[in-house]
Amino acid sequence: MQNNSIKILLADDDEDDRLFFTEAFEELKIKSSVSTFKNGVLLMEYLNQANCVLPDLLFLDLNMPKKSGIECLKEIKQEQRFKDMVIAIYSTSASEEDIEKTFVLGANIYIKKPNDFGKLKKALSEVVTTNWQYQTNSLNKENFLLRL
Amino acid sequence: MKLFLKFDIQQLCDKVLNDQFSNLKIRFSVISYGEIEILDKVSKSQLLEIKAVLSDYGITIVEDQKSILIQKIKDAITEMVNDEDETIAVKSSVYLAEKLNHSYGYLSNLFSEVTYTSIENYIILQKIERAKHLITTTDMTLTEIAFKLNYSSVAHLSTQFKNTTGITPSAFQRIITKRRELTQ
Repeated sequence: MQNNSIKILLADDDEDDRLFFTEAFEELKIKSSVSTFKNGVLLMEYLNQANCVLPDLLFLDLNMPKKSGIECLKEIKQEQRFKDMVIAIYSTSASEEDIEKTFVLGANIYIKKPNDFGKLKKALSEVVTTNWQYQTNSLNKENFLLRL
Repeated sequence: MKLFLKFDIQQLCDKVLNDQFSNLKIRFSVISYGEIEILDKVSKSQLLEIKAVLSDYGITIVEDQKSILIQKIKDAITEMVNDEDETIAVKSSVYLAEKLNHSYGYLSNLFSEVTYTSIENYIILQKIERAKHLITTTDMTLTEIAFKLNYSSVAHLSTQFKNTTGITPSAFQRIITKRRELTQ
């Protein structure tokens, strides 16, 4: 397991955010492969292919055209097939309401998008290492809640 | 209908091992948590068979020395975190060094190198996971939980909980309760 890189997906309509996100992962110690989608519709199309490789970690922006992060989250949580996926909300919003709502709907992680690259790297590093502990120590994922 | 279950991992593992080894007609004895000794002579093909049946239960045979030591560190930490009768009176660094017969510096470096976290953080994580488990499966108050997990005060547990998860214990409890109501 240690040699495999972790598979990460991000759905975000902002091109710059997608770019920073991908670059931040390239600089982290844990090996990863990152794929991005520019909206929720494309993400769900990808996930709904019967033979697609499911990610270990999925990052969802909340405000996206066509299909919002919340809608994606709800759809994903209804599918047994996706139950092992850890879901992180990646949003500019820091409203307590959004945070609690997405956690209740089944998100594991909530990250308010940091405003500089160093902080972004630090936040993503924390997410990946915490997730790693859950994966390798068979901790109860139901109890996996992390807010950054 | 939804049911919430509590597991005794130790008992579960013992049962699986006993059943599987008696199926294979191989005798074994348990040395300690996560360590067994095979009493019969086993061939290479039998060993592969053991590996295969155990992997169905998510049990893997740990092979390289580093992984074994890491696993021993983790097991010792689990034991410490679950030490309700406070039989372990020394600091965790002293305890680990004595139990595993290596200097704490060595253990700590090895652990950080392989697991992407430090021993200190791993202990905190395990304690907080235990607190979460108690919050969601028992009626214990936070004060009782803090006492059970050897925190000096509720405030100390709350602060460490918030630092580790980003949310307060009461928010955690509220979220998990609402989530269960939603899925029921």
